[in-house]
Amino acid sequence: MDKYQTFEYDVVVIGAGGAGLRAAIESSANGAKTALVCKSLLGKAHTVMAEGGMAAALANVESRDSWKTHFRDTMRGGKFLNQWRMAQLHAQEAPDRVRELESWGAVFDRTKDGRILQRNFGGHTYPRLAHVGDRTGLEMIRTLQDKGIHSGIDVHMEVTIRWILKDGNRVAGCFGYQRESGRFVVYKAKAIVLATGGIGRSWEITSNSWEYTADGHAMALWAGADLIDMEFVQFHPTGMVWPPSVRGTLITEGVRGEGGVLLNGKRERFMFNYIPDMFKGEFAETEEEANQWMAQTLAGERPTARRPPELLTRDVVARAIRREIRDGRGSPHGGVFLDIASRRKAEDIKKKLPSMYHQFKELADVDITTDPMEVGPTCHYAMGGVRVNPETQESTVPGLFAAGEVGGGMHGANRLGGNSLSDLLVFGKRAGEHAAKKAKEVSQGTINADEVNRVAAEALKFFGDEQGENPYAIHEELRLMMQSLVGIVRTDEDLRAALAKIGEYRARAAKAKVGGNIQYNPGWHLALDLKNMLDISEAVTKAALERTESRGGHTREDFPETDKEWGKVNCVVRQNKDGIQVVREPRPPMPAELEELLKKD
Amino acid sequence: MAEEAILHIYRGNNDKGEMVEYRVPVQPGMVVLDAVHAVQAMYSPDLAVRWNCKAGKCGSCSGEVNGKPRLMCMDRMDKYPAGEPIVIRPIKSFPVMKDLATDVSWNYRVNKKIPPFQMKPVATSLRDADAKSAGSESRRDSATAEPRFSQEEADRVQEFRKCIECYLCQNVCHVLRDHEKHEEFGGPRFFVRVASLEMHPLDCGDRLELVKDQLGLGFCNITRCCTEVCPEHIHITDNAIIPLKERVVDRFYDPIKKLLRIVFPKA
Repeated sequence: MDKYQTFEYDVVVIGAGGAGLRAAIESSANGAKTALVCKSLLGKAHTVMAEGGMAAALANVESRDSWKTHFRDTMRGGKFLNQWRMAQLHAQEAPDRVRELESWGAVFDRTKDGRILQRNFGGHTYPRLAHVGDRTGLEMIRTLQDKGIHSGIDVHMEVTIRWILKDGNRVAGCFGYQRESGRFVVYKAKAIVLATGGIGRSWEITSNSWEYTADGHAMALWAGADLIDMEFVQFHPTGMVWPPSVRGTLITEGVRGEGGVLLNGKRERFMFNYIPDMFKGEFAETEEEANQWMAQTLAGERPTARRPPELLTRDVVARAIRREIRDGRGSPHGGVFLDIASRRKAEDIKKKLPSMYHQFKELADVDITTDPMEVGPTCHYAMGGVRVNPETQESTVPGLFAAGEVGGGMHGANRLGGNSLSDLLVFGKRAGEHAAKKAKEVSQGTINADEVNRVAAEALKFFGDEQGENPYAIHEELRLMMQSLVGIVRTDEDLRAALAKIGEYRARAAKAKVGGNIQYNPGWHLALDLKNMLDISEAVTKAALERTESRGGHTREDFPETDKEWGKVNCVVRQNKDGIQVVREPRPPMPAELEELLKKD
Repeated sequence: MAEEAILHIYRGNNDKGEMVEYRVPVQPGMVVLDAVHAVQAMYSPDLAVRWNCKAGKCGSCSGEVNGKPRLMCMDRMDKYPAGEPIVIRPIKSFPVMKDLATDVSWNYRVNKKIPPFQMKPVATSLRDADAKSAGSESRRDSATAEPRFSQEEADRVQEFRKCIECYLCQNVCHVLRDHEKHEEFGGPRFFVRVASLEMHPLDCGDRLELVKDQLGLGFCNITRCCTEVCPEHIHITDNAIIPLKERVVDRFYDPIKKLLRIVFPKA
């Protein structure tokens, strides 16, 4: 083990998106010697791709908004499976996290009276998303980055962490490699914050980048931590569908928030046909009413009309789009139309949705100020993740914390748009604070040199002269399989077939071979990442098999109804000597005053 | 459109390397980054290239395509003549790590020299006590006042804050590319960054001396190469560099103002 470069910190934060940066800033502010370790260059993490905004009940645009309404919207959006305490803390603390970001230099769009402007989004009762055009994530990451580099944090860029090292049952450090040199590194740490994002690279059509290989989910599972709600994978309703090069690339929900409407191939506005019972009476039932809402909103009036059904939650809209396409009412390239051109002036579109304009113009030869976009669902977000204590974000492994997308429980069965950016800050801060606190309470653990040597040897097995498959080929097959068998709509038969396939890929991935050497070798990195992706694909598939009902982001064709009994339990995934197991655990009881909020009309 | 694209890609490190030819199938709407990924999948898994968002938002995949600085994820293959090789090289102003990945750590060191955003004390007249009590019942952990400024004021710095740090401007700036003044000069990216702070409606920091002395603003002779390559269409020269130069001149070289400052030091 001595041959590996070794660092020693109080707290190591893995991942430098919104959650990781916020956690590192807080950890350092609380006196912990903190490292921030990230796979990409600083400032390039997935948060940069977030577009629409961050949800917080600032009540700048609609004075009736409050944390209670935000809480209620979040729980309803999550189909009541959320860990209520996380949803509560999130709704209560998000406004302060937004204001704090402003005090660190973020420049949000403004209201007429100079305050932070908020826009409408799916599932939110009131205009609630603080935003910067359609590049809110960039604003967040740059603000945190520029704050972070002056906060006494050591940033280790282009380092991939592979393994959490333990001393007995608690965290002692982690092990990884520098991407450029290929050299292994060991970090000793009293506490570790996972902020590694999501898992979407295991699906064919995805808005997620190469980084989303389930690293944190897998490392937590291997370290013995519980995962929760893994069956819930969000397919964002609007990804690009044409040309093939950009299939899956995200189109912000902000397009609908700014008035965009969904039309099928026959140019019918179909969302009126898909208002679920739970939201009946809350959404406009005719085009006239929806148009009236739009006119009132644009005029800056408090709308008397009900909201257009395009602003239903993502799970509902994604399923509706899929249904239209399946029933033969799709657009020429197998999507539906998203039209903002006929709804807003060209100059407004360019002002509020500049990167959408740019993206379509340059990549799809479509001018969104004159023509509709073609859109379809794209794998976007993992609701499931590491099961954490809502107050501290500590997992079931002492010293191992998780925040952001890799954390589970906050969003239940379906995440509302805009609740991710606020989640990153609220729980990033909490994770950083409590990791620093933990570091004060414990001493450095002992690193087990045998464990390090074993993981290192395993990582190097992909080099050698024997014949072996190209990891890209196995990855491609995994993505196609997960898309077709563990996608938006699932069945028992498909899920069982998926498990068999995962077993087959696992055997092949273990024998994959890469050429070249350890220096900056993406083929080798992918060969290593396949293990994470396969294990977490199995976790998703097994949890999906277990949940014999349809709810939020999990739709079972063989169990199409939402089942009250299933509303009482979360699926928890853990690994033991028999492999990856799923157990049902009852949801913690909710205080009566919060129950009351959910009932209220 | 040809069914097959011919690529000449730089393979090697900073000391030695060669252009290697690959042939990959072409799909409708394909961008140069797709072609590079096809090479990884078909021939050479160890080909090094950075990328993330694949939609022009993260600024990771900068390269030089047929000699022109580009974000490879936004560079359509169909604009290049069919049947002719497309030449892909790493950006020139920074040392090559491997293949198309370059060592851009210098930029991070320059950024660290710039003092961070410093919030103005918000005047009581700007405080909005009403808004606090009226709507949100959210728990507050700080007694922050609510700062106000107009969208027009926001617009001015939001333009600069669109920067995705692709460093294409740094790559084409002749002060860096040809004269290699990395030690004395910050480059267009960081003039944009300083401008985004200096013109921020809520900032009260002062970075003019820094931009003059440590970031070497004077080396820039306004050839606008940076503005031309900016994929975010930021008016780097007109809106960031020239106003900063004016401020520097006003502060340090205006004799009347200098005299006034001596006579009325507190003015």
